[in-house]
Amino acid sequence: MEMAQELHVLAVDDSHVDRKVIERLLKISCCKVTAVESGTRALQYLGLDGEKSSMGIDGLKVNLILTDYSMPGMTGYELLKKIKESSVLSKIPVVIMSSEKILPRIDRCLEEGAEEFLLKPVKLSDVKRLRDFILRGEGDDNKETEKNIKQVCSRKRKFLDDSTTQSMLSAVVTVHDIESSSPESSASSESQQPLSKQSKIG
Amino acid sequence: MERNNNLHRQVASLRQSLFDQIVGFNWFESLAWVQGYVDEQFIELEELQDDATPNFVEEVVTLFYNDSARFIHNIDQSLEEHPLDFAKLDNYMHQFKGSSSSIGAKKVKIECTQFMVYCRAGNVEG
Repeated sequence: MEMAQELHVLAVDDSHVDRKVIERLLKISCCKVTAVESGTRALQYLGLDGEKSSMGIDGLKVNLILTDYSMPGMTGYELLKKIKESSVLSKIPVVIMSSEKILPRIDRCLEEGAEEFLLKPVKLSDVKRLRDFILRGEGDDNKETEKNIKQVCSRKRKFLDDSTTQSMLSAVVTVHDIESSSPESSASSESQQPLSKQSKIG
Repeated sequence: MERNNNLHRQVASLRQSLFDQIVGFNWFESLAWVQGYVDEQFIELEELQDDATPNFVEEVVTLFYNDSARFIHNIDQSLEEHPLDFAKLDNYMHQFKGSSSSIGAKKVKIECTQFMVYCRAGNVEG
């Protein structure tokens, strides 16, 4: 079976802000993302109402469903149940996100078949860990794809660093070009020390 | 209604913190951090921005403000109801808190938490 180049993740969350952030986290981790605002929309996308496939309506296979727990209408737990009850969709891993660490809730979700329970706010490290886990789970024949995706991702990052370095160097060489050198780009590696970063927000 | 005064006062405080948050987001990051306007989550978001998505943080902040306006409006309306629907108020505030948490809006998040404390106390008294 042909494996897509990137993982396709279906993200479900009623919050605009969270949808936007999750989408960015996933894209940075080299995943294709489809973001929907409710469990109902998620099921429609997955074609649970009739279609016999785990393809989204645009024909892309969904490799992971990442859903918020607390949503109006259908909760993430209810969505999880519906997916696990479906013979067609039950194999798709489902991860639940929640801002509340309620142990009985977590237990219930894991018992119902959720792969993992993430505490919000979700971080990039969480998403990367999920991606790696899913890639491993997609089978041995896909080890090549896994390696390719990781190479492409790290290649993109290196390119950015090189060009930033270039602009810094050229700023040093041409003394009267001080105006054009951006303080933001030189701070890209100082992510662990917020107090020393001088970039202006917005 | 004595027990509702806390809630009304808290909404005013929340509104103020939202205005302060606008100011805080526009400060130099080190100042916003030191003054307690932003937490680690905001730093995470900034790190997600790159040359390909130079407006990411601005876009998320805009979504947050739109949502905030809606939440405060809903809460204001709900506070006019008699009797108060504490479950509804708590729900709105929970969503607002979640939103502020996702963006690292530290001051707003603190005010939301306080509102929920008053809400739950009010519910018990009621």
